[in-house]
Parts: sequence; C-alpha cells; structure tokens
Amino acid sequence: MQGSTVDNHAQIAIASEKEAAEQGHHGHPDHRMFGLYIFLVSDSMTFIGFFAALLIYRAIMPVWPPEGTPELELLIPIINTSILVASSFVMHEGQKALKKDNVKGLQKWFGLTAAMGAVFLAGQAYEYFHAEFGLTTNLFSGCFYVLTGFHGLHVLTGVLLILSVLWRSRQEGHYSSSNHFGVEAAEIYWHFVDVIWLVLFVLVYLIN
Amino acid sequence: MSTTLERNAPITSPGQNEHPQRKWQDYFGFSTDHKVIGIQYLVTAFFFYFVGGALAEVMRTELSTPDPDFVQPEFYNQLLTMHGTIMLFLWIIPAGAAFANYLIPLMIGAEDMAFPRLNAVAFWMIPPGGLLLMSSFFNGAPQAGWTSYPPLSLVSGKSGEEIWILSILILGTSSMLGAINFVTTILLMRMPDMDIHSMPLFCWSMLATSGLILIGTPVLGAALVLLSFDLIAGTAFFNPAGGGDPIVYQHMFWFYSHPAVYIMILPFFGAISEILPVHARKPIFGYRAIAYSSLAISFLGLIVWAHHMFSSGTPGWLRMFFMATTMIIAVPTGIKVFSWCATIWGGKLSLNSAFIFAVGFLSSFLIGGLSGVMLASVPFDIHVHDTYFIVAHFHYVLFGGSVFGLFAAVYHWFPKMTGRMVNETLGQIHFVMTFVGFNITFLPMHQLGLQGMNRRIALYDPQFQTLNMVCTIGSYILALSTFPFIINVIWSLYKGKKAARNPWRALTLEWQTASPPIIENFEEEPVLWAGPYDYGVDTESIDGDEDVEDMLAAVTAEGN
Repeated sequence: MQGSTVDNHAQIAIASEKEAAEQGHHGHPDHRMFGLYIFLVSDSMTFIGFFAALLIYRAIMPVWPPEGTPELELLIPIINTSILVASSFVMHEGQKALKKDNVKGLQKWFGLTAAMGAVFLAGQAYEYFHAEFGLTTNLFSGCFYVLTGFHGLHVLTGVLLILSVLWRSRQEGHYSSSNHFGVEAAEIYWHFVDVIWLVLFVLVYLIN
Repeated sequence: MSTTLERNAPITSPGQNEHPQRKWQDYFGFSTDHKVIGIQYLVTAFFFYFVGGALAEVMRTELSTPDPDFVQPEFYNQLLTMHGTIMLFLWIIPAGAAFANYLIPLMIGAEDMAFPRLNAVAFWMIPPGGLLLMSSFFNGAPQAGWTSYPPLSLVSGKSGEEIWILSILILGTSSMLGAINFVTTILLMRMPDMDIHSMPLFCWSMLATSGLILIGTPVLGAALVLLSFDLIAGTAFFNPAGGGDPIVYQHMFWFYSHPAVYIMILPFFGAISEILPVHARKPIFGYRAIAYSSLAISFLGLIVWAHHMFSSGTPGWLRMFFMATTMIIAVPTGIKVFSWCATIWGGKLSLNSAFIFAVGFLSSFLIGGLSGVMLASVPFDIHVHDTYFIVAHFHYVLFGGSVFGLFAAVYHWFPKMTGRMVNETLGQIHFVMTFVGFNITFLPMHQLGLQGMNRRIALYDPQFQTLNMVCTIGSYILALSTFPFIINVIWSLYKGKKAARNPWRALTLEWQTASPPIIENFEEEPVLWAGPYDYGVDTESIDGDEDVEDMLAAVTAEGN
C-alpha cells in the first residue's frame, strides 16, 4: 500500500507541475515541496511502526534473535550500504549540475544514481536467495524480510522516480536552473530512503 | 487604511447568477474543485451512515431477546465488525474531511486547496474502499470486531479479514493524502491579511486533526501489513502459536486508533466553535485557549493509547503512566467545554436547528467525556472492561459528540452549500427525535455495563432483557429520526427558501461569497474587515461611524 502511495504521490506531484504550468492555476505559489516533506514525515512513521515492533520483540522475548537463527552475512549488506550512501552524493552532483543549467550533467549523475540503486536491489535479491532462513522461519526472519522488503519497495520507487526525471529531461528545456521541482523532489526522496536504510541497517544487521 | 466604499465593493458587486455554477454531472466525476469534493465526501459519508445504521438496527433487534433467534451468532459478529468499521472509517472520518474540504479554502480566502488533484485522488479512494469492504458480505464478512485483535482475527475467516485489512489500508491512505492537503493549505494559503491567530477555529481543529492522521495512520498501516503476513503468508508476528506476540499488535493498533478518536471529534469541535458564536451573537470565549487546546489534545492523544490495554497484562508502571496522561486530556477538553458555555452565556440565542444540535452536542459529549475520565482510572476500567459501559461511553462521544456536531454543521452550512434554507420545523423535529432516541438507546447501557453485561455477544443473561428492550426501542426512534432529516434535505434542495449570501450574519469569510459559492470561490479578493468572531464588538479596523452590525446588515441586504 505504501509503495503505491508513494507512486501516486510522486505522479500527482509531477503531473500537477505540468498542469500548473499549462493552465496557470491563478499562480498561487508552489507548495509542492512542503507537501512532499509532510508526506515523508508521515511515511517515516510507517517505518517507525515497523522498527518499534522489532524493538519490542527484542525487549520482551527471552531469547533474541530466536534460537536457531543463523548469523547474518554482513559482506553484501555493507557493500550495499556504501553504494546507497555514495549514491546520495552522486545524485547531489546531478542537482548541482542542473543549477548551472547543465542538463547533460544532470543526466549523467542521475543515470549513475539509478544504476547504483539497481545494484543495491540486485544485491538485496542475491541476499534473499542465499539466506539460510525463509519468511516464516521465525519471528526474526519475518521482521528481516518485511523490513528490508518494505525498504526495497521504497528504493524501487526511488529508481522509478529518477528514471522518470531522466525521461522528462530529454525534452528540451523541461528542467532548468529555475524550474526543477521534479529533480529536487526525486533527490529528497532518495536521501530519505537512504537515511531510513542506515537506521534499518543498524537495527536489523548490527545490534542482533 | 482603505475607505468604506472600497471595503463595500465586493459586497455590492452584482449578481450571483452571472457566474457559471456546477452542473450535477460534475459531482459524479473526477473534479478538482474543493467544493465539489467536499459535497462528494459528505454524500458518500451519509450513504455509509445509513448502511452502518441499518446494521445497528439488525443488531438491536437481535438483542431485544436474550436468545440469538433473529440472526445467527456468527452473523452477529459480522454485523458488529462491519457496523464499527463503516461508522468510523466511512462515516465520521470522511464526514470530517467533507467539511474540511468544503470550508478551509473558503474560510481562509483561497481559491482552492494546495493540491487539488491529490485531493480528488484522496476522495476517489473512498468509494472503492467502501465497496470492497461491503463486498466481504458475499464471502463471509470479517468477524473479529473493528479492532481485529489477533489471534482471533487470524482464525475467524481469512477472506473477510483480508478484505477488511485491504479496505482499511485504502481508506487510511486516502485520509493521509487528505491531511497533507489540509496542513499545507491551512499553513501556506491563507489570504495575506490573515495571520494564524485570526483564522477561524475550524482551521485550527483541522490542523490538529491532520497532524494526528499523518502521525498515526502509517503506524496502523504497518500493523495491518504485519497482520496480513500472519494471515496469508503464515508468519507469526502476532500469533503466539508461532512465537509471536499479540500485544505488539495492540500497541500498534491503538497508537493509531486512540488518536483516531480525536481525528473523529476534533473537526466537530471546530465546527461547534464556529456555530455557537454566530447563533449566540457573541464573540467566542477564549479564542487562543480553544485553538491551543486542540493542539494539546493532539499531542496528548498520542501518548494515551495503552489505556485500552489495562487488562492486557500491561505492567503496573505503564498503567500508571497511561492513567495519568488520559486524565490530563480532560483538561484541554474541559477548557473547550467551558469556553463554549461561556460563549453562549448571556448571548442572544436563536434556537434554530444548527444551534440546538450544537447544544445537544455539548450536553451529550459532556457525558461521554466524563465517563471517559471514569474509564481512565485503572481499577474502574478493569471492572467494566469489555462491557456495555464501554459501548455507552464511546457512543456518547461518537454519536452524542461527533454526529450531533456533524448535524449542527450540516444545518449551519446547508444554505452556503446549496443556496437554500432548511425547513426549521423539520429540523427541530429531527433534533428532538434524535436526542430522545439517542439517550434512550445509550443511557441504559451504562447500567447494563455496570451490572456486567458483556459487549459483542448475541446471547445474554435474561436478567438484562428489560434494559435491552429499552435500548432497542430507543434505537428504533433513532432510525425514524433520520426520516425528517432526509425529507428536509430533499425538500429544501428543491423548495427551500433561497438563501442569501449571509443568512446567519456571520463574520467568517465563507459567508462573504455567493450561496452556493461561485466556482472560483470569491468574485473579488475577500476583505478581512473584522476578526472571525467579533460579534457586537467595535473593532478598530472599522471606521468610527460604522460598526460590525452595520456591515453585516449591508451584506445581508445585498443577498436578499
């Protein structure tokens, strides 16, 4: 549900960007960025809900993680974490390029970001296929899959947002140093997904 | 400072008829006009109110005798689940959003909401969500109550339960998207002259409501996603059989669902704060106290949830904490009730339908609020837990509070929304029947609960039959009371006296435009020539030779 919300929201934001430009909605100032921030506050509460559940289990269960939970392999997640963190900086380069009206630069850096996101997802998929436990093995494995899966959906949404920015940027003059809501929104969303991952990484991988 | 002439300009501009009005087809499509969306919300909510009410009547009929002879106990479980879910998620919450959509832009002098398309998307999630929920009747509706506690919800019918989860996720997302719009619009789109302390109190209450929606709803979403995994994929988050813990669900569920109570009542607190001063012709008592107490209720509402779980093995220190916070909520709520009473005290009251419903709200909500304080205390709560005392309490809050407030709002803004006055006689008959029926239905339930009658059962001890009979008769009166209302609305739509732009001589901005408002809301930029509640007060912004009453007279005369 949350994944589709994100999609909806982003599509609407992008669509209304166009609408505002075309119909000149009597030109009230653009509040979309504010709306996006509120949405992200709300969306973060979903993660906080999941995190809270995990932490409560940790606190109340006599043995945690439950007996028989295999050690988590850390190599791929650590690589994944560095890729995701790095991608935030890469993406910011794209925005900086656009601020100088360098659309080619935007495309280069955003393209790289999308690729890094895809690598992250691939790494996650590899981890799923090679994990020694399944969704229903025990309470911890359930939390593991739901949390990383829900976050993965957010990464996927972020990649799609970046791709849609790239698609739009092919059109001459669609984004410029003065008109770049879509670019900025995609970037803020990506940073948000990144921050959530860091919390998740600590809670799921490190403190068990 | 502008001259009187300029200030009168928007008032004397001719003609409501020159502007195109909405056609009836617009109300069935994807419209981005906040007024159309507001009406869509309201009509949809009323449809589900009648559905949920019908389910309640079947339950009351069943309960008129101690034996389950009218419907099967399993079907009774479905009825109580669906009644609760429909009334909360498809009636009260959308009805609050209806008034918020319709009124906020008008009250703050804006042309529309901040994100009109998002607004339309939020509304159009409700009919599919509602129909999805209702469709579960064909395949065994959910039976676990609107709380859907596991493990009960995991063993009482998979398909019904999953449909319930999906529809709540849809409706929750809708309410979240709506809240994003409300917050942005209220904070960023007020007309330039209107600072945050001169906006109508309804906007304050919607700000508080939206905050709760944005913080609470996603947590419910998370809980329902986990419940869904338990139900379908066979995980054991909440299933003790697989090592999970149902208490975690209760925490997550109530983290949303207690604030949800305030999501359901705060919009009507706001509406009452608008209605009372207008019909008592007095300034609101304690504007800032009412405004800030809404925010205080919001904040406290987020830290009281475990008072629903006193009997769930909650440790003692946690009980003490939640008992204290729950009792503290009575303070901001009491501030509001006292402010409302002080507002009408010594006022020039017009006892029309809107006002008497508002006073009915005050008295019934007071009873619900007081029994809430009783329930906050742990020993008493444990004694009456899961009895009819709880049913009585929350119906006094949600029916006596929200629904009375909602009807007051409907009668108050009906002229603005439709351009027609309502029939006062029918409105007053509606009020008397509702108030009498409501009290006959729910007052005896306090007694039943204290005597130990359990809720959510189709079969009960014969010693409770007399009082149950009384409740059932009351519920029939309540059912009948909707007929004067429906007749009134339909009759007034076609035959009602034409409404002027400001029939109540009110000061908030929505009354400065035509009734119903034109598509762009205001012919010209609205003018803020008085505070929202400056009745009988000479304000400095008015030139010496003209006071608010004169200005109002001008508005009223023009409208006729």
